[in-house]
Amino acid sequence: MQNKSIAEMAADLRLRSYSSVELTRHYLERIARLDPGLNSFISVAAEPALAAAEHADRAIAAGTAGPLAGIPIAHKDIFCTSGLKTSCGSRMLDRFIAPYDATVVERLAAAGAVVLGKTNMDEFAMGSSNETSYYGPVRNPWDPTRVPGGSSGGSAAAVAARLCAAATGTDTGGSIRQPAALCGVTGIKPTYGRCSRWGMIAFASSLDQAGVLARSAADAACVLDEMAGFDPRDSTSADVAVPDYVDSLDEEIAGLRIGLPKEYFGAGLDGRVAASVHEATKELERLGADVRDISLPNSPLSVPVYYVVAPAECSSNLARFDGVRYGHRCEDPRDLEDLYKRSRAEGFGAEVQRRIMIGTYVLSAGYYDAYYLKAQKIRHLIADDFQRAFEEVDVIMGPTAPTTAFPLGAKMDDPVAMYLNDIYTIATNLAGLPGMSIPVAPVDGLPVGLQLIGNYFQEARLLSVAHRFQRATHWHLAAPEGFQ
Amino acid sequence: MMQWETVIGLEIHTQLATRSKIFSGAPTAFGAEPNTQACAIDLGLPGVLPVLNAEAVRLAVRFGKAIGAEIARRSIFARKNYFYPDLPKGYQISQYELPIVGEGRVEIVLDDATVKSVGVTRAHLEEDAGKSLHDDKLGGGGYSGIDLNRAGTPLLEIVSEPDMRSPKEAVAYARKIHQLVRWIGISDGNMQEGSFRVDANVSVRPRGQTLFGTRTEIKNLNSFRFIERAIQFEVERQIDVIEGGGTVVQETRLYDPERDETRSMRSKEEANDYRYFPDPDLLPLELDVAFIVDAVADLPELPDARRERFHIQHGLGEYDASLLTGSRDLADYFEAVVAATGEPKLAANWVNGELAAALNRADVEIAQSPVSAAMLAGLIRRILDQTISGKLAKQVFEAMWAGAGDADQVIRAQGLRQITDSGQLEPMIEAIIAANPDQVSQYRAGKEKVFGFFVGQVMKESKGKANPRQVNEILKRKLAGDP
Amino acid sequence: MSLDASDIEKIAHLARLAVAPESIERYAADLSNILELVTRMDAVDTHAVEPMAHPLHMSQRLRPDRVTEPDRRTLLQANAPLTERGLYLVPKVID
Repeated sequence: MQNKSIAEMAADLRLRSYSSVELTRHYLERIARLDPGLNSFISVAAEPALAAAEHADRAIAAGTAGPLAGIPIAHKDIFCTSGLKTSCGSRMLDRFIAPYDATVVERLAAAGAVVLGKTNMDEFAMGSSNETSYYGPVRNPWDPTRVPGGSSGGSAAAVAARLCAAATGTDTGGSIRQPAALCGVTGIKPTYGRCSRWGMIAFASSLDQAGVLARSAADAACVLDEMAGFDPRDSTSADVAVPDYVDSLDEEIAGLRIGLPKEYFGAGLDGRVAASVHEATKELERLGADVRDISLPNSPLSVPVYYVVAPAECSSNLARFDGVRYGHRCEDPRDLEDLYKRSRAEGFGAEVQRRIMIGTYVLSAGYYDAYYLKAQKIRHLIADDFQRAFEEVDVIMGPTAPTTAFPLGAKMDDPVAMYLNDIYTIATNLAGLPGMSIPVAPVDGLPVGLQLIGNYFQEARLLSVAHRFQRATHWHLAAPEGFQ
Repeated sequence: MMQWETVIGLEIHTQLATRSKIFSGAPTAFGAEPNTQACAIDLGLPGVLPVLNAEAVRLAVRFGKAIGAEIARRSIFARKNYFYPDLPKGYQISQYELPIVGEGRVEIVLDDATVKSVGVTRAHLEEDAGKSLHDDKLGGGGYSGIDLNRAGTPLLEIVSEPDMRSPKEAVAYARKIHQLVRWIGISDGNMQEGSFRVDANVSVRPRGQTLFGTRTEIKNLNSFRFIERAIQFEVERQIDVIEGGGTVVQETRLYDPERDETRSMRSKEEANDYRYFPDPDLLPLELDVAFIVDAVADLPELPDARRERFHIQHGLGEYDASLLTGSRDLADYFEAVVAATGEPKLAANWVNGELAAALNRADVEIAQSPVSAAMLAGLIRRILDQTISGKLAKQVFEAMWAGAGDADQVIRAQGLRQITDSGQLEPMIEAIIAANPDQVSQYRAGKEKVFGFFVGQVMKESKGKANPRQVNEILKRKLAGDP
Repeated sequence: MSLDASDIEKIAHLARLAVAPESIERYAADLSNILELVTRMDAVDTHAVEPMAHPLHMSQRLRPDRVTEPDRRTLLQANAPLTERGLYLVPKVID
């Protein structure tokens, strides 16, 4: 059951081959049995899930069911869910029950999706390995000694292990695409503003975007169809019409111009990963695409720019966690300052505190121009590079991450080495472009991701290119040992 | 002795008269139970986002036009980062580099009736913070309680140039802005409720020096009297410090009205580093011409223009014109009286005289006056047609104020109609002349002062109802011996 | 750009984070390394470049001035560590 596509599951549910309650029980059973070895869930909501499944079954019977009726999914624990703990992977919010649903949660619920639980993540989405979570690291289903990537590592691992049909994620610098690559699943980060940020706990507001992790581009399209769209509660939400992503999956590849930025294939890229990516682009050529080399000259600066912009925004976004209205509060504060300092030091982990400090520093008097303003200017140059490239090509492709999944603990003592994992994904966030990662030929049994970058609001094109590739290949169908 | 010059600039926070908050749909009404008007956005819960209130923008645009300022076609919201319990997000959303209202000017009228122009540097939109309440009983002692009802209330911060040179000028400027924001309907200006709060930047320098001295900032002055007293104290303190060989420290100070002094705010002593940066949750505010035109379409004639018009059209002096344009209601009242009587000077005398005094005594606004413009006009008409004398008119006014009806009703009820019938006056005057032969002789011998004695006698006899002009005329004739 | 212990103390205070004395050196080293990475930006001439604060060229939308949020104090304070009479309690604020 767990290997069927969302479209197949939806058809089965409508034909009563099985009920949503049965499907939901099946997933809950898999989670109970398999997740202890992965730690991909922070909360499992068995009872509410079964209640939602029952509701979906009734709606299906009554013919009033939404497009995702009865399909069991999971939400990254960064999305607020009323009545169900939203921790953001942090001790700070270990007991936080949001009094409202995120727009993304609300929309998927309205489409009939069943929420199995909330997935593990790097604390406040800050990390590329899922090791900064207060709830412990997630293990990669392909090799439990390795990381799943991050920050949406729980969602990626849960989808790869078939513990849910699909999962939501968020991507600030690669947090959907990099774990998708490392776990061998399909992940899409839409254009900035495509999905509402209301109720999605902010890390870096000008970069954060919600998206989907699924087993195929077709599944991702089914979910994104329901998530995307304008939201008046988010000032940065784009009021741009959303096409039907499922309907446009079968667009032809013939004549598609694909650009490979030379900067994405330089030093630091594992040669075997490069070979796998080249093999995939050859496949696309065989399908009729025209592949050519391009240049994004400022993209090597995306990591430095990101590590100014994202910490600056995060230092301010996380100032609200002060132990007064919600969240962790230290015992017996001596005075107000003690309340603030200890609540925050105890509630936040080391990486979050590092980033808050970097952000505080780059915004402080005397440094703003040299760091923050400079970074915002280079951000402009990076975005301009993409626009020049899109005059020549339709889709940009390259590796999602420089290596396959690395062992747990390998980079925890070296923040900079960790940051360089996102070297190929960050630029799209800085520019606000949509990006995707799809599985291609593995290296030593570990998944490799091909990254696809499109121009603004071209999610449909990315999904259709990925879908065409997946129709011609089988990499996305592979399941890790023990999770088939 | 060194001659010192005072330099003052004001930052005025005026609450904009919107129904809902600047970035949320929570109500702005004053006086609700703690935290019942603070929604998830105002509380800064995780995942919430701000969306800008159109009305706050419209009101800011009206203010900009009213001071002749450039309205920024593009302005930016920024975050001012600092930790304080009444600031839920750890930052205040404000405007920093690109405010919505640019440079403007207002004119203030000083005591000697000279007019001074004061520069407004800028005005920007921002959200208010909540309130800390100190109550020793809270939590068994040692705690403050935080009420966030006020958090997110829209404010317009109006920043002046350091153009004021005395506490009185500062007050005149503050009054001017207060008059203006109420005049154009963007704020209720209620100072008790904190809708109009003033921070004063004060420094002194030797007269003739062009460089500014080190300034201190006195926070949260919420009455015009406190503004004057606080600045006065602070100026004297600074001069004492400098003359005593010390230096003024740049700091934030608080005025204590009970002790009539300012003191340093210890909690704000550390150098602030607000780390301003553009708020990534809000996009650039871009205003098109249509929005601006629409916002100012119903802007009333402004106080300065109206003052000037009162001067030219109604022939009023600078002082009267300035008083009558103190508020829009007052100016409207005055013009309603003028329209009904055609007598601007008399109307001005009554509005600035009896009416102002009565309003002052009763501590009510013109809108609550028991004597309406129509009633005052009715009274003035009776003076003009000589039904009553000016002196009796004051009596009628008082009766009207006390609720005895309009002028005609009072005059009828109290029998105050002036005696203008010469058939009634002549015998009365003849009898008085006959009864006072000595005075008649004196008058006829050239002692003209005695004339006043006769007028007094007639007024006494007529209980003040005799028409003074007629009395004069008849007396002169009779004393001269004419029939 | 290299940060020392006193820089860390200053930054940590601005950010209201208690840093254990034994962690200061570590933070100083980590933050210095990150800033080292960041200084790669210096190689680019950005003289004539406009800063980019938002990915999309959109302008701020305005909301009609309507009260849409009812009082939900009880629900909203369910997450609060310490309240009394509807107030959030903090150690005494001294002005």
